[in-house]
Amino acid sequence: MNRVLRLQVPIRIAAAASAVGYEEFRGPLGEKFDFHDDSDRFGESTFERAEGEIGHIALNLALKKAGLSHTEIDLLFAGDLQNQCVASSGGLLSFGIPYIGLYGACSTLGEGLFSAALALSGATALSRVAVVTTSHNSAAERQFRLPLEYGGQRTPTAQWTATAGGAFLLDREKQGVLITHVMAGRILDYGIRDPANMGAAMAPAAADSILTYLEKTRTAPEDYDAIVTGDLGREGSALLSELLLKHSVRLNNHSDCGSMLYYEKKQDSHAGGSGCGCSAAVLAAHFLPLLQGGALRRMLLIPTGALMSPSSIAQGGSIAGIAPVVCLEVL
Amino acid sequence: MDQKHYERRVAARAARSPVFKNCIAAFFFGGGICALGQGLSFLYRALGVPHRTAAALVTASLIFLAALLTGLGVFDKLARIAGAGTLVPVTGFANSVVSPALDTKNEGLVLGVGAKIFTVAGPVLLFGTLAGCIYGVIYAVFYGFFL
Repeated sequence: MNRVLRLQVPIRIAAAASAVGYEEFRGPLGEKFDFHDDSDRFGESTFERAEGEIGHIALNLALKKAGLSHTEIDLLFAGDLQNQCVASSGGLLSFGIPYIGLYGACSTLGEGLFSAALALSGATALSRVAVVTTSHNSAAERQFRLPLEYGGQRTPTAQWTATAGGAFLLDREKQGVLITHVMAGRILDYGIRDPANMGAAMAPAAADSILTYLEKTRTAPEDYDAIVTGDLGREGSALLSELLLKHSVRLNNHSDCGSMLYYEKKQDSHAGGSGCGCSAAVLAAHFLPLLQGGALRRMLLIPTGALMSPSSIAQGGSIAGIAPVVCLEVL
Repeated sequence: MDQKHYERRVAARAARSPVFKNCIAAFFFGGGICALGQGLSFLYRALGVPHRTAAALVTASLIFLAALLTGLGVFDKLARIAGAGTLVPVTGFANSVVSPALDTKNEGLVLGVGAKIFTVAGPVLLFGTLAGCIYGVIYAVFYGFFL
C-alpha cells in the first residue's frame, strides 16, 4: 500500500482566511482571526445558515488577501458538519465556482487539502483551487446533541464544537508555504461508544497516521517543527501520547488545534474545541502565519474526524476515527 | 494497544464528573426552588386561595418561571451549575419542553414545534401515562375484589 503521496509539483497555499464566533474570539487566539461575529449569527436568521455564511465570509476574505476574484478560482472543495453538507452548498452557492462537497467529520480540512493538492498537481488545466471548511456550535448541538437551551451538564471529556471556518486558496507557485506530501487516513474503530469522548475515538486514528507517516517517509518527530492534530482535545491528546509511547515515539512538538482554541477554565470548555472549522481557523490564523514568518519551517497537519451520526450513536454503534496527514513546508 | 485494552484505558483515565460538587450544588439549587415554591404557597394562601388551588398555582408559577428563563437564555447557564437541582423539580420538565420548542420554531409550527416539542420530555409523558394506567388497573382490581 502506497500510503504517503509525495506531490510531484508541490502545491502552494497562496492565501487563507478565518472567521469565528463569540467564544472563539474570546479564546487565546481571538485577536488572530480575520473576522468574528459576537452574535454567532453572521447576519443570518438561523444558525444553520450562519454556518454557510462563515464559509462565505472566509472565502471572500481569502480572495481579498490574494487580490483575486472568485471567477479566477477553478474548483472548490468544501465541507461542514451539517447533514448533506448543506452549509457549504448554501453558503458558497453565490460564488458559482465548480464545487465538490466533502464529508470527513472534523477531518474535512485534511480531505480538502488532500483532494485540492492532488487535483492541482495532476490536472494542469486547473490553476487555482479553494478549500473551505466550517462548523457552528449551535447547528451541531441541534443536530447531534440536545436543544440549545436545554439545561444539562457536560462531562469533563466532552468537547465544544467550534463556531469557526477557514478558507484556503491553493496554486502551483513554487515559493511560500507548500504542501509537499499528503496521506489519506484509515478508518479505525476502537469501540468507543461515548459521543462525549470524541478525543478517545479519534486518538487511535491519529496515532496510526503519525506512525505510518513517519515510518513511510523515514522521518522522526524531530524532523518537524510542529506536529499539529485537528481536534483531539486535551483527553485525546493525552491518549495519543500514550498510544505513541507504546511504539517508543515521543512528540515534544505536538499541538492540538482543539486544545488551543479556548481557555480551559475561564470558558468552561472541558476537553477543548472540535469541528471542521476548528482546525481550519487555527491553521489559517495561527500556523500559516508562523510558517510564513519563518518561525516554523516544516509541519505536519493531522485533522482528526469522529465518524458517526445521531442514528449510529442511538443504535449503540461505536465511533470510528480518521486522520489524514498533510505536510506543510516553507520553500 | 488492542481494542479491549484501549477501551479499558480510556474508561480508566477519563475524568469523572465532579459528583460531590454537583450534589452540593443540586442540594442548594433544588432546595432553593422548593423553598421558593413553599414561599409562593404561603403567599397564595395568604391571598385567600384555597389550599389545593394554591398547590396547583405554585406548580404553574414554577413552570412559568422556568419557561421564561429558558426563553431568556438563562436557564441552561443556571443548570450548568445546578445540574439535578433544576432538572428534578418541575422546572426541569418545563425546560425540556420549552427548549425543543424554541429550537424548532424556524421549522414551522406544525412539523417543527408541533412534531418535535416532546423530543426530550416524550419518554416522561409516555411512560408516566402508561404507569398511571397500570396503577389505575391495579387500584380498580384491588378495590373491586376486596372492598
